[in-house]
Amino acid sequence: MILGPLFLTGLYILPLWNIMLGAPQYPEPLGMNIHINGIRGVSEFDIQNIDGLNHYIGMKTLPKDEDMWEFGAFPIIVGVMIALGSLTGLLGYFRKVNYKSFFGWFLLMSVLGVLGMYDFNNWMVEYGTNLDPNAIMKLENPDGTPMTYKPPLFGHVKMLNFDVTSLPAAGAWMMFIGMTLTLVAGYLGWKTSKPELITNKNLH
Amino acid sequence: MKRFTIKIAIVLSGVALMFSGCNQQGGKSSNGALSSSAAEKVYVAPGEQDEYYAFLSGGYSGNLTVYGLPSGRMFKEIPVFSQFPTSGYGYSEETKPMLNTSHGFIPWDDLHHPDISQTNGELDGRWIFVNGNNTPRIGRISLSTFETEEIIEIPNSAGNHSSAFITENTEYVVAGTRFAVPVPQRDMPISEYKGNFKGALTFISVDPEHGHMDIRFQVIMPGFNYDLARPGRGESHGWFFFSTYNTEEANTLLEVNASQNDKDFIAAINWKAIEEYVNNGGGSKVSANYAHNVYDESKHMATSTMKNEVLTVDPTKVPGAVYLLPTPKSPHGCDVDPTGQYIIGAGKLSADITVHSFSKMLDAIEGEKFDGEAYGIPILKFDDVLAGVVKSGGLGPLHTEFDGKGNAYTTFFISSEVVKWQMETWEVVDRKPTFYSVGHLMVPGGNSRKPFGKYLVAMNKITKDRYLPTGPEMEHSAQIYDISGEKMELLYDFPTHGEPHYAAGCPAELLKPNSKKIYRLDENEHPYGIKSPADARVERSGKEVHIYMSTIRSHFTPDNIEGVRVGDKVYFHVTNHEQDFDVPHGIAAIGANTSEILVMPGQTKTIVWEPKQVGVWPFYCTDFCSALHQEMQGYIRVSPANSNIELSWSLGD
Repeated sequence: MILGPLFLTGLYILPLWNIMLGAPQYPEPLGMNIHINGIRGVSEFDIQNIDGLNHYIGMKTLPKDEDMWEFGAFPIIVGVMIALGSLTGLLGYFRKVNYKSFFGWFLLMSVLGVLGMYDFNNWMVEYGTNLDPNAIMKLENPDGTPMTYKPPLFGHVKMLNFDVTSLPAAGAWMMFIGMTLTLVAGYLGWKTSKPELITNKNLH
Repeated sequence: MKRFTIKIAIVLSGVALMFSGCNQQGGKSSNGALSSSAAEKVYVAPGEQDEYYAFLSGGYSGNLTVYGLPSGRMFKEIPVFSQFPTSGYGYSEETKPMLNTSHGFIPWDDLHHPDISQTNGELDGRWIFVNGNNTPRIGRISLSTFETEEIIEIPNSAGNHSSAFITENTEYVVAGTRFAVPVPQRDMPISEYKGNFKGALTFISVDPEHGHMDIRFQVIMPGFNYDLARPGRGESHGWFFFSTYNTEEANTLLEVNASQNDKDFIAAINWKAIEEYVNNGGGSKVSANYAHNVYDESKHMATSTMKNEVLTVDPTKVPGAVYLLPTPKSPHGCDVDPTGQYIIGAGKLSADITVHSFSKMLDAIEGEKFDGEAYGIPILKFDDVLAGVVKSGGLGPLHTEFDGKGNAYTTFFISSEVVKWQMETWEVVDRKPTFYSVGHLMVPGGNSRKPFGKYLVAMNKITKDRYLPTGPEMEHSAQIYDISGEKMELLYDFPTHGEPHYAAGCPAELLKPNSKKIYRLDENEHPYGIKSPADARVERSGKEVHIYMSTIRSHFTPDNIEGVRVGDKVYFHVTNHEQDFDVPHGIAAIGANTSEILVMPGQTKTIVWEPKQVGVWPFYCTDFCSALHQEMQGYIRVSPANSNIELSWSLGD
C-alpha cells in the first residue's frame, strides 16, 4: 500500500497524457505532452508550431502554465494524495487502519481522476469549439454545421489533414499501476482480515 | 621529335577510332542497364532515402551540387563562388562579402575539386573544401548547414587547380597553382617565362575546432604547371604529391610545346619538414594582398578582411623538402592508394599508368640516387621509384580511385572507359565503357584510407545522345557502376549540373544526423534581426531606410510602409520567425536590382531596394510557404524626393 501512492510521484516528471498530430507534410508528427503542471511540446518547438497551424482555423493558442488554475492545483492535489496514501499504508503496516482505508484512498483517487478527466475534456471542448469568428479558414461539416476541432480524449480522429491521436502517457500508466497496487493491497487485506495477517508486507 | 610526331598521330587516330567505337558500345550497354537487376539496384522507393551522399563539383557553375547514390537524384545546389538568386547568396548584404577578392567583387568562379574533411585518414564529415580555379580561392562548406562558411583567396597563384585537397587529419588544405606566374606579380615580357615564372604551392592550416583557414606557408616551386594533388596517408602521411605538366616551361602553344618532354614530374613535398622549418622561423614574409571571408552562423553574416602578408618558402633552402619523380606523358591524376604506399601517375597522353612506390622513393632519397636536378630540386631516377606499370590497353588515363579491397579504378578520357586493375599485380581485371569521354571518377571515400567500395560514379565531358536533346548545349552525363563484384556493372545514367570535375562521397549516416533543420531564433545575433514581431519597425538614417521585418505564416510585419522617398536606399532586414523544419519565407520587391532572398527559419537576411519612381509598390513572399502564401504580400509607398511624409508602418489596421 505504501508503494502504490509513490508511483504517483512519476507525474511530477512524466506526462499524464499525450496528443500527437501527424499530417502528410508532418512525417515527423507534432506532439504535445500534458503534464500536471503544464503543456509541453514533444519536440522543442512543437507548441509554437501547433499554435501557428491552429491560427488558420481560429483556435486559441495553447494555454501557458499560468493561464490555467489546474496547472497550479494539480501538483498540490497529487502531492496530498501521495502523502495520504503513504500515511494510510504506513498506518496499515502498524495495524492502525485496515484494508477499508486502502479502498477508501483508491475510491478518492478514482473520483479525483474522473473529475480531472472531465475537466480536461471540458477544456478540450472549449479549445476545439470556441473559435475566432474571423478565422482564416471557416470550414463546415457535410451537414452545414461549422466544423470544430476538439481533440479526442482517448483514441484517434482525423481532423482536416491531421491524424490526431490522444492516449495516456507514461505518468498516467504509472498512476494506474500505483492505483492497481493499492487495490491489490486492499484485496489482500480483506482476504486475510480474518486471521489478521499483515500480508501487504509482501508488497513492499 | 620525329618519334613524338608519330605518337601524336597514333593518339589522334586512337581518338577517332574510339569515338566511332563508343557509339556501338553505347547501344549495347544501354540494353544491359535496362535489365531489371540494375533497375532494382538504383531504385530508391518513394519515401526511402539513398545510401550515400555525393558532392559533385559544378565546374563553371561555381557551385557544388549534392546528389544521392545510388539514385542519382540531386538534392541541393550549394552556392560557393557564384551569385545564386535561388537563395540570394552573393546578392544579400550578408553574403556579398563572401565574394570579395583583391580584384574586387567577383560573382563567379570555376569550382573543380571537393574534398571531405578527414581524421586519421578517414572521412569525418565536418566540412567539405572546394577550390575556385579562376580567381584563386579555397572555400569551406559546413556539412551541418550545407552552406559556404569561409572563402580564402590565394595570392601568388593563378589557375588554382591542384586544390582543394586535405591532409589526413585536415591539418592543411593545399592549393597549387596551375599557371606559373611572376612572383610577386610584375610587368615583364611573357617570353621571359622560363626560369623567371614560379609555381606557388600553398598550405592553408585548418583550425580543428571551427575549421577556420589561414595560409601557413607557400612553397615557391619552379615554374611548372601543377595539375592535381593527393596527400600521403598512413606511412606516407607528412608528404603531399603534385602532378606537373609543362615542365618545358613553354609560354605559348602549350598543346604542342608542353608535350615535348617524354616525362614530366610528380613533385613530392615533405610538408612536415617544411612545417618544422617555418616553425623554427624559416621562410620569408612577403607582402601580398588577398581576401579572407568568413560567414558567422549566429550573426548570419559574412565579413571580409584583406590580408597583406604571406610566408613564402624557397624549397631548396629546406633540406629533404622536395623531390621530383619522373612520370611519363604529362600526368594529370596523381592518386595515392588507401595504404599510402603507391602514388599513381596517370600520364594523360599515354596508354599506361605509372605507379610509384613510396618506400622505394624513401630508399632512393636515402641513397641519394639522383638523376640531376631542376632549379636545385633533386630529380629521382624513374626506375628507382617505379613500383609497376599498368598495361591498360586504353588511352588517356586521367584519374584513379580505390575500393579498399586491393583494386584501383582509372578513367580513360580518350578511350572513354573505366578500367579496373589490381594493386601490386598491376593486372587489368575489367573495363567498362563510359558515355562519353570520362574525366574524373569517384568512389565514396576513394581518396582516403577507408573507401566504401560499393558504387563508382564516372563524370563525363561529352553527352551527345544520352538524353533527350536540348539544343546545342546540354548538361554533362554521369554513370553509376556497381563495383561490389568482380566485374563492374553499369547501373544508371544521370545528367549533372555545370561541369563536374571531381566529386566526394560518403555514407549518408555520416552526415544525416548532423544536418540542421532550423536556425534557432534565440541564437540569432544578427544586428538587424528581431526576436519578436513586436520589435518590427522602420528607421531612417539620412537616405538609408532600415526595415526590421518579421515573417511568419502567412504575413510580413509590417506589411504597409509609408514615408520612403525616391533616392532612398531601403534595406529589408527580414527575420524568419518560424521554428519549423522546411518553412522558409522569401521576399522580392518590384524593380529591385538584386535577386530575391530566401530566409530559413530563425535566420535574418537583408536585401537592398533603391526605388527610382514615385508610386505604391508591392513586395511579396517568393517561397510557397503555406496555404495563405499568395496573401503574403505588402505595399511600400514611395513619395517624391522632397516629400515630408513621415515614416510609418503597420500591420492589420
